[in-house]
Amino acid sequence: MQLLTPSGQRVAAAGPEISAQEIEAHIADVTSADLSDMYADMVIVRRLDEEATALQRQGELGLWAPLRGQEAAQVGSARALAPDDMAFPSYREHGVAYCRGVDPVAILGLFRGTAHGGWDPNEHGFALYAIVVGSQTLHATGYAMGVSREASQNGWRAGQKPAAEASKGRAVECATIAYFGDGASSQGDVGEAFGWAAVFNAPVVFFCQNNQYAISEPTSRQSRVPISHRAAGHGFPGVRVDGNDVLATLAVTRWALARARAGEGPTLIEAVTYRMGAHTTADDPTRYRDADEVARWAERDPLARVRAYLTAQNALDDAAAAAIAARADEAATELRRRCLALPDPEPLSMFDHVTVVESGHVAAERADLADFLGTGDDPPAPSSTSPRAASAHAARPSPARPDLAPADSAPASSAPASSVPASSVPRAPSPPGSSPPEASLAAARSVAPPPQTPGPEASCPR
Amino acid sequence: MRTISYREAVRQAMLEEMRRDPNVVVFCEDARFWTMPTHGFVDEFGPDRVPVMPISEEGFTGAAIGAAMTGVRPIVDYTIANLMYVAWDQIVNHAAKNRYLFGGQASVPIVFRAAMKYANATAAQHSDRPYPQLMNVPGLKIVVPSNPADALGLLKSAIRDDDPVVYFEPLLLWGAKGEVPDGEHLVPIGQAAITRPGRDVTVVAIGDAVPTALKAAGALAKDGTEVEVIDPRTLVPLDKTTILESVARTGRLVIADPAHKTCGAAAEISAIVAEEGFGSLRAPIVRVVTPDVHPPFSPALERLMYPTPQRIADAVRTVLGAPSAVKDLVS
Ligand SMILES: Cc1ncc(C[n+]2csc(CCOP(=O)(O)OP(=O)(O)O)c2C)c(N)n1
Ligand SMILES: [Mg+2]
Repeated sequence: MQLLTPSGQRVAAAGPEISAQEIEAHIADVTSADLSDMYADMVIVRRLDEEATALQRQGELGLWAPLRGQEAAQVGSARALAPDDMAFPSYREHGVAYCRGVDPVAILGLFRGTAHGGWDPNEHGFALYAIVVGSQTLHATGYAMGVSREASQNGWRAGQKPAAEASKGRAVECATIAYFGDGASSQGDVGEAFGWAAVFNAPVVFFCQNNQYAISEPTSRQSRVPISHRAAGHGFPGVRVDGNDVLATLAVTRWALARARAGEGPTLIEAVTYRMGAHTTADDPTRYRDADEVARWAERDPLARVRAYLTAQNALDDAAAAAIAARADEAATELRRRCLALPDPEPLSMFDHVTVVESGHVAAERADLADFLGTGDDPPAPSSTSPRAASAHAARPSPARPDLAPADSAPASSAPASSVPASSVPRAPSPPGSSPPEASLAAARSVAPPPQTPGPEASCPR
Repeated sequence: MRTISYREAVRQAMLEEMRRDPNVVVFCEDARFWTMPTHGFVDEFGPDRVPVMPISEEGFTGAAIGAAMTGVRPIVDYTIANLMYVAWDQIVNHAAKNRYLFGGQASVPIVFRAAMKYANATAAQHSDRPYPQLMNVPGLKIVVPSNPADALGLLKSAIRDDDPVVYFEPLLLWGAKGEVPDGEHLVPIGQAAITRPGRDVTVVAIGDAVPTALKAAGALAKDGTEVEVIDPRTLVPLDKTTILESVARTGRLVIADPAHKTCGAAAEISAIVAEEGFGSLRAPIVRVVTPDVHPPFSPALERLMYPTPQRIADAVRTVLGAPSAVKDLVS
């Protein structure tokens, strides 16, 4: 399914699951200015990705998974989300993160090893990255089931047919989207997520970026049929969209999210795209794919077609495009500056967050390390960090944004962390009598005070 | 003798066994990828013996078990030890138990290769040392070679073994070079090695803790302390005789292991020595292990987790009753 051809022609599109009218209805409100904004998102996201790749090459990040080539799939789908929707990413969704308002330096902090949990998933509706491929599709399904369970309980009438057993799910206010790859589609977890979401009518959208590779393996090693076909066997719609077409991706994702919100259950979207760069900075793709193939995909660049279209519409002139590029450069410079200023975490912070209340044996191990470091109650400044350029660590300024420092590590100048009893370390508050804090993310989100008069559809856990 | 890297030893062991026995096959994601020890194998053995697996660990583990029960000898490569967890049911409930549940009428001659990427800044979900978890599963043999010769000899033995063998490779050692005997070299499963003889203290070290312990021993020798370093090489079945005999001579035991402390290999070895060698002990046993926290992504933090020469030397001094924590004894 495509709405913008690689040369920037606007075309009509339809598929077996969705009519042209329906598609158009979902983007009827999108103006040239909106499209121009999405173009800017894509330019900025690409530029930030380039900067992060460069930072890794210079030894400033442990690793980086470049998104180049997948900007439209990510921006188009993420811009379809409502603020209260929840996204479960894989590890390459930096463009989605950007659209969800996650500070890019927080993502770099993860890849620099300076922080676990670099952003607040509740605040952004964007879970932490998932490294074990496919695992997050089950988490997304469970989250969505939690959302619909809340919706159903809020409006429960005795004798009513339970939603999960009804042919149609219950309408919910917020939908969940799970991002995963073509390689991940071979995981049992993903198949089980499809099955679960289907039988429970979970309000979830499965968004597969088929970027043609799982490291060195082509998609043909994962599936003989388009990945979107897998939905049919589970009884929900699967659509294939040109993932390099931001408008078509936006339209299809909006349609799928609307289905979820209306209680129509899950949808699988296969966004056909291409990973232009390496799998990660530890990879050399020239070893397993030829230059012709890469060149063919370069002709289908997701940014070029939007620019061509907007230019033809007189909605984006060279000056405006240059201004966007300048904004992107500025963002990249700022990102680099703040990345280099990220401090190494305080050594004893490695003991934080193993459990909600630290166990005695871990506390003893914490004390042992403090002892070994010869610091007792006085944690030392961390020594230089191995995989990176020593010079970059020689004189690190204090964090530009103290709120980005690991939550539990006090700044070096204030009370030493090890003198603070572990149990008194500030944690996310849990309301009295609430479910145990180790319960699901959905439960964690419901920690926010419930709305005063929850109607049946006031079902967003955030 | 020839000098090769650990990684090359793994590669040569597979090559030799695949040439010797046409039933040996490799199941691996990205099997033909340039960084894999199996790179280039497809040219010699063809796609049937070096298939590229879908990204589906549970799938290819289960399929390997089925294949093994028909006489094929799969080498299943998880590329990163943590990814075995996806296939845990197949490994624990099926590979380990099928022979038993079939009343001995089936065997599962598989090698599970698990490269452990710890101390590489790959974060908690890629940095585990899962051998203690599997030591708790009857039916599995577990080896952790620490040098190229053992890597070669133990992998060949593992491939020839009729039971499932889990073969753990510390990735830190992949680049380490060492001498390997010419001709056929087999190291029997279940036999420890005395890597450095010494009369004062026994240090049992596992995986990459072996070279670490050797560094500590070298430094301590300058002080006149003679450390005996024992590399169990196989954790199940464990060669307790070699360990107990050493402790009988030295009366002191330190165990160095990069895995977690609780219920680890070091705990098992401590228990065996406490039960069967208590009479020879002249000081409490000391474990130099990893605290029960997940590996942090931060290299600055992760580096502090694992046994270091300094920590092993400190532990040796502790069991000798000498003043401990002499800083900078070993850099
Ligand atoms: C369960 C699991 N198996 C293997 C890996 C190793 N691995 C990391 S990324 C990757 C490729 C995944 O490909 P795909 O799902 O297509 O996502 P892409 O990288 O293309 O975005 C693999 C195999 C992993 N992280 N988790
Ligand atoms: Mg892919």
